[in-house]
Amino acid sequence: MRFERREHRPLALVIATPILAIVVALAISGVLIAIAGAPVLEAYWRILKGAFGSRLSVTETLTRATPLMLTGLAAAVAFRARLWNIGAEGQLYLGAIVVAATSSHLLGGLPPIVQIPALLVLGAIAGMVLLLVPLWLRLRFSVDEVVTTLLLNFVAVLFVSMLIDTVLKDPAAFGWPQSQSVADGAMLPKLLSRSRLHLGLAIAVVLAFLLHFVQSRTVFGLKSRAAGLNPQAAVFAGVPLGRTLVGVACISGGLAGLAGAVEVMGVKGYVTTDLSPGYGYSGIVVAMLANLHPLGVVLAALFTATMFVGADGMSRSMGIPSYIADLTVALSLLTMLVALFFTQYRIRR
Amino acid sequence: MTAVFDILASAGLWAAVLRIATPLILGTLGALLCEKAGVLNLGIEGIMTFGAMIGWLSVYNGADLWTGLLIAAVAGAVFGALHALLTVTLGLSQHVSGLGVTLFASSLSYFLFRLLVPVAGTPPTIEPFQPIAIPGLSDLPFVGPALFVQTPPTYLAILIALVMAYMLFRTPLGLAIRMTGENPHAAEAQGINPMAIRYGAVMAGSALMGMAGAFLTLSAFNSFFPTMVQGRGWICIALVVFSSWRPGCALLGALLFAFFDSFQLRLQTTLGGTVPYQLFLMTPYILSIAALAIMARRARVPQALMQPYRRGER
Repeated sequence: MRFERREHRPLALVIATPILAIVVALAISGVLIAIAGAPVLEAYWRILKGAFGSRLSVTETLTRATPLMLTGLAAAVAFRARLWNIGAEGQLYLGAIVVAATSSHLLGGLPPIVQIPALLVLGAIAGMVLLLVPLWLRLRFSVDEVVTTLLLNFVAVLFVSMLIDTVLKDPAAFGWPQSQSVADGAMLPKLLSRSRLHLGLAIAVVLAFLLHFVQSRTVFGLKSRAAGLNPQAAVFAGVPLGRTLVGVACISGGLAGLAGAVEVMGVKGYVTTDLSPGYGYSGIVVAMLANLHPLGVVLAALFTATMFVGADGMSRSMGIPSYIADLTVALSLLTMLVALFFTQYRIRR
Repeated sequence: MTAVFDILASAGLWAAVLRIATPLILGTLGALLCEKAGVLNLGIEGIMTFGAMIGWLSVYNGADLWTGLLIAAVAGAVFGALHALLTVTLGLSQHVSGLGVTLFASSLSYFLFRLLVPVAGTPPTIEPFQPIAIPGLSDLPFVGPALFVQTPPTYLAILIALVMAYMLFRTPLGLAIRMTGENPHAAEAQGINPMAIRYGAVMAGSALMGMAGAFLTLSAFNSFFPTMVQGRGWICIALVVFSSWRPGCALLGALLFAFFDSFQLRLQTTLGGTVPYQLFLMTPYILSIAALAIMARRARVPQALMQPYRRGER
């Protein structure tokens, strides 16, 4: 069996790829649900109902999708330029803790119209800084950024854990390690009353469109794509590789830091070490399912959030561990990789 | 200062070094074997988690400890085959495939554990490997209790390091693996099948990763809990670079690393209260990054690492 490269990729195939990948992933997860002794179709029906069955569940799914869109965009923009930022989880936590620290101590008294944008920018800057360290190590010492960004995730979470255990600890939290709450004026306005849905969703969707524009219509976007497609050719064509990667890292780290800021200011109001159930890692899957396209990220984040929110409800009523959601999301990354391969190659006998 | 000296002079520290080093030795050797054949295996973190889970689960359900270790190795090899299918047969991005295998293997571990082990207030435990004193050597003053009273998998890990060093640099098989990692086209011209070599190396390396995970639940601790691998897999990937892709140096690197780790653990109890414990817990990760920065330029990378091999395609 051999593979040969396709001359051109039919558009229908490109659009069908993620759908096919998700269907295959759901089928494999279905086998595991069956092994666990539950009726498969009913389990999936309950997941769907848990995610979209009521006004509350729809808003919960959209709230859960918000940080996933931002971390998904962070991964997509970096991977496009072949900058392997696997550190979104740590960048998210750093963005979150900077918001908690500055809101309660420095900016708390400012009116919301000034305070909210200032905090969002600070959160994004924190994420940027954390990604610029491994990028500097790559450019200066040729250290592979995959391992360093992964390792920095652990450092960042421990750093946050240290701060909320000491200087930023909330004295009113009964000894529980939790940061002080952000000022009331720092909380993002709600998009819908009687729900947790907040302005962060709008921010994420607008940023997805903005990023799509930057990537497809600007010189910087062209340079960043060239750096990813063929770094050597890009350098010969006059693309300043280092400077382009710094720009990409600022966008990617900034988006991940923003995810943390938005999660604190929109949902939680304070920081704990379980602020993120792996949003940074799920963002990688979201980006791959979207085939690194910013607008696709919005849809892929919705799918991922559906699985997570829906599986919570299904798990309670059917006794299937809610890890089935993580499992399906991980499987869909693998099936997407295989599906992408077959959009580029065909089997020749 | 005397506190530091007291720590260094205790046999307990040195015994702990070997114990902490064992999963790192096995994991680093596993990653090294994959990379020598030209395949980066970032599935390591998930494969270690799965090895820890399945090894523990087998023993919990009545298998003996060695069978548990073997089952973990076989499970590791199966995930290795999956990674090889994606990266060798299909030639997909080794970074993304590896991360996919890690996400898949760890979520499968948590799912199966939650499904098969009833939720209880205290986590269920097993009877782990007991330390064995090597007759004669363990009676030596200081050195004996420090180095020669370990659990069997620790001795096995050191043996595997020596065997792998011999295999890679002194046997035809080792030459074939190294050639495949340096230049698969030249290897093919010599009648070597690079695909088969890569599959074999990735599966064998992943088996070692599975054993590395199982050591955690069958020897170092006696129960399984999610997130117990705690980035050890990523540290192993860093140690491979630090060792410049040589098994002997990987052994030394893992020991050096474990020395710092067990030293900081003891320092933590001495200085506890004055310095936040999180600063101590950060040190292994920061040390790994420092080790990478120091060695990345000097290390001799296998030249075909991360390059898929397709027959007749350059």
